[in-house]
Amino acid sequence: MDKVITTPLVKEIAEKLTAGEQVYITGTIYSARDAAHKRMYEAIARGEDLPFPIKNSIIYYMGPSPARPEQVIGSAGPTTAGRMDKYTPVLLDMGLMGMIGKGTRSIEVIVAMKRNGAVYFAAPPGAGALLSKCIKKARVIAYDDLGTEAVHELYVEGFPAVVAIDAKGNNLYAQIG
Amino acid sequence: MRSITVDTIIENVKEMCIEANYRLSSDMETGIRSACDRENSTVGRHVLEQLVENLDIAEKEMIPICQDTGMTVVFVTIGQEVHIEGGSLEEAINEGIRRGYREGYLRKSVVSDPLIRENTRDNTPGIIHYNIVPGDRFEITIAPKGFGSENMSRIYMLKPADDEEGVKQAVLETVKSAGPNACPPMVVGVGIGGSFEKCALLAKYALTRDINIRSDKPHIRRLEEELLAAINSLGIGPAGLGGGITALAVNIETYPTHIAGLPVAVNIGCHVNRHVTRSI
Repeated sequence: MDKVITTPLVKEIAEKLTAGEQVYITGTIYSARDAAHKRMYEAIARGEDLPFPIKNSIIYYMGPSPARPEQVIGSAGPTTAGRMDKYTPVLLDMGLMGMIGKGTRSIEVIVAMKRNGAVYFAAPPGAGALLSKCIKKARVIAYDDLGTEAVHELYVEGFPAVVAIDAKGNNLYAQIG
Repeated sequence: MRSITVDTIIENVKEMCIEANYRLSSDMETGIRSACDRENSTVGRHVLEQLVENLDIAEKEMIPICQDTGMTVVFVTIGQEVHIEGGSLEEAINEGIRRGYREGYLRKSVVSDPLIRENTRDNTPGIIHYNIVPGDRFEITIAPKGFGSENMSRIYMLKPADDEEGVKQAVLETVKSAGPNACPPMVVGVGIGGSFEKCALLAKYALTRDINIRSDKPHIRRLEEELLAAINSLGIGPAGLGGGITALAVNIETYPTHIAGLPVAVNIGCHVNRHVTRSI
């Protein structure tokens, strides 16, 4: 049976996920990539609020292509997660519970994931057309001036992902190659 | 002397930018479809099936294959008897990119300064390489390049003593470190020889070659085949989740080099290895 994950993602659920498991995510998630992470990181340093409630949230590392008039969103696949590593431990310590991207993470991120019981999902890379079909609603909620790198609030249904690194630090990628 | 107007160039570049991002070349598409049948790992096959479905949705519903619609790399082969009429060739190419990315609903991924990082909002400028040849040919290749794989590319200035074995090690080391970040199954473009910059350009150009066509130099053809087998025994697999299909092809281009050097550049192309060529 397909395992369905709903948001907000609480620690008790996140901790039970195991590296290698296929899951389908349903609920509200937030897109943020390089430039938005930099801004959030700077906002935290200044003691300002983040653009969305970070506790128990899932961030999707993604910058979409523009939607055609009849579309919710354009192509919307994952970007390389490792570029967000520098900014991630502080977000995990604030309650970020899930991340969706592609590729490996740093030791610092994995340590912070274990500390907080968080999980990292890999979405099929380069499958932005397929994944866009799982995004039912999309709107920009912050940093509009960043274009594709703005923070989007997304409502997803049955979004396919694999648990790449679980809350115990088991790393699917490290077991390969 | 043959005249080509800038309007013709703008229109062609625009169409090619759009075409490249919605439909792969037939060799790439067939390569991904046939990989499904050849992949032994269950998870690897599942990923490949998702990639095939993705290609179908992209074409049918007009959604770009990948959200990273790339920085636009352009190869221009221009005969020295061709006259460009009505303006600047470079500006015409950039205008074609501008229109293609706007009218094709493609992502604008270019920042004007690498440190200040302000988006140019029209995906210009492109990266344009000119090759001037005798006669009156005019050929243009548009190869939008995503940076997930670009970031995992490497250049090595080897010593002549490192020989073929050193070249192999360099390629394998690059592919291993690229792993899941480069969106495998990859196409591995390799440049051997030339100088520092020539070698990198050869590697990029190698990615535009049909993945079923091997080098016409026997020793390079053998190297391409041996490297592909070695890469596919690394176990990285589709999406880096394990499997036997890590690369679809290794394309190598060579150039004469200096007595003291053996430059090797490895440019990784993801499974959305896009390129469209037209003769005008």
